[in-house]
Amino acid sequence: MDFLTLIQVFDTTIRLATPLLLACLAGLFSERAGIFDIGLEGKMLASAFLTAAVAAVTGSVLVGLLAGIGGAMALAGIHGLASITFRGNQLISGVAINFLAAGLTVVVAQSWFGQGGRTPQLSGNARFGTIDLPFAAEIRDIPLLGPIYADLISGHSLLVYVGLLMVPLTWYVLFRTRFGLRLRAVGENPAAVDTAGISVVGLRYAAVAICGLLTGLAGAYLSTGLQAGFVKDMTAGRGYIALAALIFAKWRPWYALGACLLFGFLQALALRPDVIEGTLGFEVGVQLLDALPYILTVVILAGFVGRAIPPRAGGEPYVKER
Amino acid sequence: MTHLAKFLGASAVLALSAGAALADPALVFDLGGKFDKSFNESAHTGATRWAEETGNSYAEVELQSDAQREQALRRFAEAGNNPIVTVGFSFMTPLEEIAADYPDTKFVIVDGVVDLPNVRSVIFNEHEGSYLVGMMAAMASESDTIGFIGGMDIPLIRKFACGYAQGAQAVNADITVLANMTGTTPAAWNDPVKGSELTQAQISQGADVVYAAAGGTGIGVLQTAADEGIKSIGVDSNQNYLQPGSVLTSMVKRVDNAVYDAFEAGTEIETGINVMGVDNEGVGVAVDEHNEALVTEEMTAAVEDAKAKIASGEIAVHDYMSDESCPSLSF
Repeated sequence: MDFLTLIQVFDTTIRLATPLLLACLAGLFSERAGIFDIGLEGKMLASAFLTAAVAAVTGSVLVGLLAGIGGAMALAGIHGLASITFRGNQLISGVAINFLAAGLTVVVAQSWFGQGGRTPQLSGNARFGTIDLPFAAEIRDIPLLGPIYADLISGHSLLVYVGLLMVPLTWYVLFRTRFGLRLRAVGENPAAVDTAGISVVGLRYAAVAICGLLTGLAGAYLSTGLQAGFVKDMTAGRGYIALAALIFAKWRPWYALGACLLFGFLQALALRPDVIEGTLGFEVGVQLLDALPYILTVVILAGFVGRAIPPRAGGEPYVKER
Repeated sequence: MTHLAKFLGASAVLALSAGAALADPALVFDLGGKFDKSFNESAHTGATRWAEETGNSYAEVELQSDAQREQALRRFAEAGNNPIVTVGFSFMTPLEEIAADYPDTKFVIVDGVVDLPNVRSVIFNEHEGSYLVGMMAAMASESDTIGFIGGMDIPLIRKFACGYAQGAQAVNADITVLANMTGTTPAAWNDPVKGSELTQAQISQGADVVYAAAGGTGIGVLQTAADEGIKSIGVDSNQNYLQPGSVLTSMVKRVDNAVYDAFEAGTEIETGINVMGVDNEGVGVAVDEHNEALVTEEMTAAVEDAKAKIASGEIAVHDYMSDESCPSLSF
């Protein structure tokens, strides 16, 4: 495998890892506060559709992005209502959101645009263009560093950089602010937080809202960053892979970055059977590479490589003692 | 408001009573809906062409859910519509169940096979159409490398890939044909993101024409091909308009012809298996105002020549599904 091919594979890795990363961080906020969320997929899908649809109508991807985030946050609100206020089963609520989004997006797309559940193709300002970082063209010819900077780091859409910045931001918010400490405490021992006179319900709603915001970004990146329009079910299971990444990352922001990059790299490798064969000298089934994220997650869960301990109060609605 | 409601109600009653005169043909669309820019819309085009040319009318319904398939078929059969044309392989199961209940009604299924005495099964020789676009791809390629991106890895899609590779090699024996499948689950039909990345991967391996036979995933393939300045080939319906100037052509399955023929034959329609191939204009390449500039005279001549030879049997395009193997491409 030569250097340029490697750069291309890593480039693909970054593009494929970004939606996973945003969704993974979304799940991290929610689950750290004790709300399991398997509805990441549905929220991404809703945002992917609304972003593309509103961008198609208004011609501005930023307006679309706001609509997409709004849609994802509305679904997050429903999840919050069901699992925080009404103390319902969080898993069932998440599944319901996935079904709701899968059905509604297609039905609404069909009635708005009449193109078989798609949105029109976007162009110009209606999609996120790529951003060339300063001096990318000038230093492209420098060996090694040039291609790494010009092809790998530069030339992605805005949301990729937002996604990467979210990692330190998430770490800072969760581990260096009062809000973060309380949010984590709500996921471990909500009774203690309540005793201290802080609203458990308020904190959990805040976490779910942040989750909606981040899945909104992830969905918008799929339909307007990577693609130029919405196609039904276009998330194609990425919300579930993000959940696997979250477990793999043991609910930690920097680990989440590593896990998503690893899963993205495996997906990128699966696209290049020729590279694998050229490097290893034998053929590896594409199916095996596709399944590896899940296999790795099961290995982690089984406790072979460190232990993944979920937040202690995760999945349980908080009932105030009377 | 109440006046409006009354008016709407009255016109709905009128519309209902006006429909379904005896022996009008009927058309049942699949879930994608009448204007899906693909399969169903093609059926709709064929039906309207028939109605305009003959001045007759037909009944139609757009399904909203799987559960309505059988219900819609029974409604039409009991209302006396004949023949009843269904579009899509998903109608195989309901037809197998109800066709025997209405022995005097003729049914047509497009893209599926139902072995009953009153059913006509229309299938397409996709490998022949893919052969033609493969020739065009090889002629348009400057890097002598072309790509194929399939949806879900099933024999039908390998049939497309195999025909494509044969056509390309007929033009240029040294050509490299890259073939990738998007996945092994139905999610592979609607993963344009992966379609885009596969296109990028094939471009970095030198491909400059990419043929997408991948449903919704193909949207991503055509988009990336246009963004990266290479050529692409659409599938099923005429997709040239999706990225004008980048889509070299589309391998079209003439569902409209199948519907038109069925309506034209009326109640006397021949049942059994009806193969739509190059010889009866069932599959072909699409040329319109969006891709004229890309199609050279040599391409047109070569395609016409190959069409004649396939029709006469001089060229036999290998069908992957006949023996589950492909002489010109390894998967």
